[in-house]
Amino acid sequence: MAAGSIPLGTCAELRRALDTGSVSAVQIVETALARARTLDPMFHAFLGMREERALEQAAAADARRLRKEVLSPLDGIPIAIKDNLAHAGEPTTCASRILSGYVSPYTATAVARLEAAGAVILGRTNLDEFAMGSSTENSAFGPTRNPWDRTRIAGGSSGGSAVAVAAGIVPVALGSDTGGSIRQPAACTGVVGLKPTYGRVSRYGLVAFASSLDQIGPFGRSVADCATVLEVIAGHDPKDATSLPESTTLSCDKWNGDVTGIVIGLPKEFFCTSGLDPAVRDRVHEAVAHLEKRGASVREVSLPHTKYAIATYYLIATAEASSNLARFDGVRYGHRSAEAHDLDTMYQATRSEGFGAEVKRRIMLGTYVLSAGYYDAYYRKAQQVRTLLRRDFDQAFTQCDLIAGPTMPEVAFAMGTRTADPVTMYLSDVYTVSANLAGIPGLSLPCGFHDGMPVGLQLLGKPLDESTLLRVGDAYQRETDWHLRRPPERTA
Amino acid sequence: MTRSNVAANAFEVVIGLEVHVHLKTESKMFCSCAVCYGESPNTRTCPTCLALPGALPVMNAHAVELAVRAGLALGCEVRERSVMARKNYFYPDLPKGYQISQYDQPLNARGFLEISVEDEGVWTTKKVGITRIHLEEDAGKSIHEDGVAGADVSHMDLNRSGVPLIEIVSEPDLRSAKEAGAYLRALHDVICYIGVSDADMEKGQFRCDANVSLRLLEKAGSDEFGTRTEIKNLNSFRFVEEAIQAEVKRQKKILEQGGAIVQATLAFDRHAKQTRVLRIKENAHDYRYFPDPDLLPVAVDTMQIARIRAALPELPTQKRERFQTQYGLSEYDARLLTASRELADFFEAATKEHGKAKSVANWILRDLLKLLKQHETDLVNLALSAATFARLIQLVEAGKITPKSAQEILPELAMRGGEPETLVAARGLEVVQDTGVLESAAAEVIAANPDAKERYLAGEEKVLNFLMGQVMKRTQGKASPAQVREFLIQKFKE
Repeated sequence: MAAGSIPLGTCAELRRALDTGSVSAVQIVETALARARTLDPMFHAFLGMREERALEQAAAADARRLRKEVLSPLDGIPIAIKDNLAHAGEPTTCASRILSGYVSPYTATAVARLEAAGAVILGRTNLDEFAMGSSTENSAFGPTRNPWDRTRIAGGSSGGSAVAVAAGIVPVALGSDTGGSIRQPAACTGVVGLKPTYGRVSRYGLVAFASSLDQIGPFGRSVADCATVLEVIAGHDPKDATSLPESTTLSCDKWNGDVTGIVIGLPKEFFCTSGLDPAVRDRVHEAVAHLEKRGASVREVSLPHTKYAIATYYLIATAEASSNLARFDGVRYGHRSAEAHDLDTMYQATRSEGFGAEVKRRIMLGTYVLSAGYYDAYYRKAQQVRTLLRRDFDQAFTQCDLIAGPTMPEVAFAMGTRTADPVTMYLSDVYTVSANLAGIPGLSLPCGFHDGMPVGLQLLGKPLDESTLLRVGDAYQRETDWHLRRPPERTA
Repeated sequence: MTRSNVAANAFEVVIGLEVHVHLKTESKMFCSCAVCYGESPNTRTCPTCLALPGALPVMNAHAVELAVRAGLALGCEVRERSVMARKNYFYPDLPKGYQISQYDQPLNARGFLEISVEDEGVWTTKKVGITRIHLEEDAGKSIHEDGVAGADVSHMDLNRSGVPLIEIVSEPDLRSAKEAGAYLRALHDVICYIGVSDADMEKGQFRCDANVSLRLLEKAGSDEFGTRTEIKNLNSFRFVEEAIQAEVKRQKKILEQGGAIVQATLAFDRHAKQTRVLRIKENAHDYRYFPDPDLLPVAVDTMQIARIRAALPELPTQKRERFQTQYGLSEYDARLLTASRELADFFEAATKEHGKAKSVANWILRDLLKLLKQHETDLVNLALSAATFARLIQLVEAGKITPKSAQEILPELAMRGGEPETLVAARGLEVVQDTGVLESAAAEVIAANPDAKERYLAGEEKVLNFLMGQVMKRTQGKASPAQVREFLIQKFKE
């Protein structure tokens, strides 16, 4: 077989192979690069590869292993990062023309922690421009396609990272989740995605979309791999004032598939949504029934303000985005219009040329939301509703240990069908935005198929309780093989 | 209603000041870049103060502490929880496209500053309200240059981007340019006293915007104000007063001609001594303030506030009052001696050495301040210690040298240092003690002015002064004036 014809296994499998010496980090990285070369023209998961540096880092990992100085369970493992994370010496494009020519002089904390753990950064992955979107169709460099069906969306905004894992190019990847941007593409592509508790992972070096909602998290084939990556990237960072001081101990080695005593809450509001595909609902119920068989109990809970979540989310996220994206002004870096000859027209032309339609739409929405005379009616009101949503979860978590439901109301839809109708597109975030508004952790994992496409189960946890989410998710994966299914491989 | 022919004196001037003060911190407000002045452009920058994609701010705790100190010194209520907010607007010297400031929940509120204004020798004191003192970051600096072929080129220096500031907003309590000047000077004194800033106006560490409006005298004291204008970026005490005077004149002229004031932002042209409209309110920014989600609320607990309060130094007003009671000084003298912390400390140290506060005060106010003014320098630059200064005064009072000799050697002591005794000896300035010399000099002078005795005895006192001057001349100023006087009177009576 040609190099790169075999999909990469999980981190755990690769680690065992490295430990026994049956494969080297350089061979693993060569395989990943070869698969990217073969497959990525079909999927467009990557915006840039780091071939030379990645191979150097792999060689260094092999040398460490020979010296028995292995840095972490990720030492020598290739990982892809979403192209809104700063990495010194590399472009950070955010899939936007406005950052053309920009090369970051510094590295995001999460990326620096991966490198310090010996992980090999393979390349930058595609996204909706500035992480604004649910399909990765809003990339200035073209959309990412779903490996299960290339006519369908990969989900978004971290579609590139999801597909890089789903296509077996890398075992793990980093994404960012502001309203579902890790969990939703994970569901679309049949992989695991984790959005940690707000503040769990430093945002330093993550190009901000909505600062109070953004959180970096991992993609992987297995829940255990996501846990491994989380342990490396999590923890307090003095460079991010909103990062939490709590340490992250997941005790993965004690997981044994037992979920006895765990109470799973099913919010009634999640299952009476008009847009919920009955097949998706059935897959979720089957998954919950499976966990019940393993010792969990199930009860109905209520999140009464769920119906306001989307509106609240789009008010807060756009308001923050309108301010966060003001720095892209053509003055210091990135694109500057060649047309303008005075300050005002330089700003206007630069931003008109540099930003795509969805980004402009959200900047305008957010500017409006914060305007004098509208602030109270929109932004302040949205913050008040956000508090109510948070209380819904506090209340629900007095009755259960975690909440289960669908990650998205349907399977990945066909590309191009929603781009003209932003509101319908926004509605696909209905199950994911609440976790960002409440700051709680959320995990999406594959729980079956419908129409040949993967279905995602979402588990939501108490703040800082990633441990329960991951333990329950791991227990599910010990009994099922949905996460081991791979999309059929054809060449272009 | 017609406003024409309103008499010029029928208006009351209403002024409020906004003062920006750089805080004296080692590093910037939200990153670890050094705060510096005069370094090469853009050498004190990092991803955060350049607003690179993904960079985040982290609050400098020392800046908060200094801002609390300023709040306490100015009688403010300090909020235990205040909120940093984003003020959104586009300008090339503002890298993020927003300034991190405080909006509806500032750190300090409701303070005051007592000022004294002199009018024809009479001092009146007044309490000026302080609305709020909030924390914010400075922007960078634009350097405009006229390029060739008419194309203007602007450069940005972002060394100043993110330097911590406090903005001190006064109530519209000031009623004249003079009061505004007095307020600004008093504020400058307090800021320097408590050490929160070097407040060097030339370096832009202490900058002022003035809000000016006029209202009919009959409205004085009411809540009704005239339309105000804001004069931006006044960076000297003199410019503040001149700009306000110019703006009052401009507004009066408009109102007297029956016109209406348009709310506007103005600049002061220091050469033409005129205010010039920069932009009118219709073109004003909507800053879209909202709480900065990158920063937690600023938390200052009661223990910390108590600790900062306890460590506050004596403030100018407190010191002035103490000088009056402890040293028996007049209000005027006490005010001059407490004008700066350095001068007040010098006075107290010299008094401790010398023993008599009034003598020391006189010598400082008469001779030392004159010297500083002549040499355009500050006390800290002098080579003169308080102890040396005290000994110089003691030499005079012990009759060892004349006051004139002391005045003669003071500049040298001040500029080059040294011991007064050594200088006196080197220059031969010891007072003539030989009565024979004095007596013969007095006799000679009287002989040279035969009508003097008669005129003196007829009650013409100034004759005595003239003769004294003659005697001093003959002794090269080294005679004790008191002794000379005694001799002359004795001679007249013979």
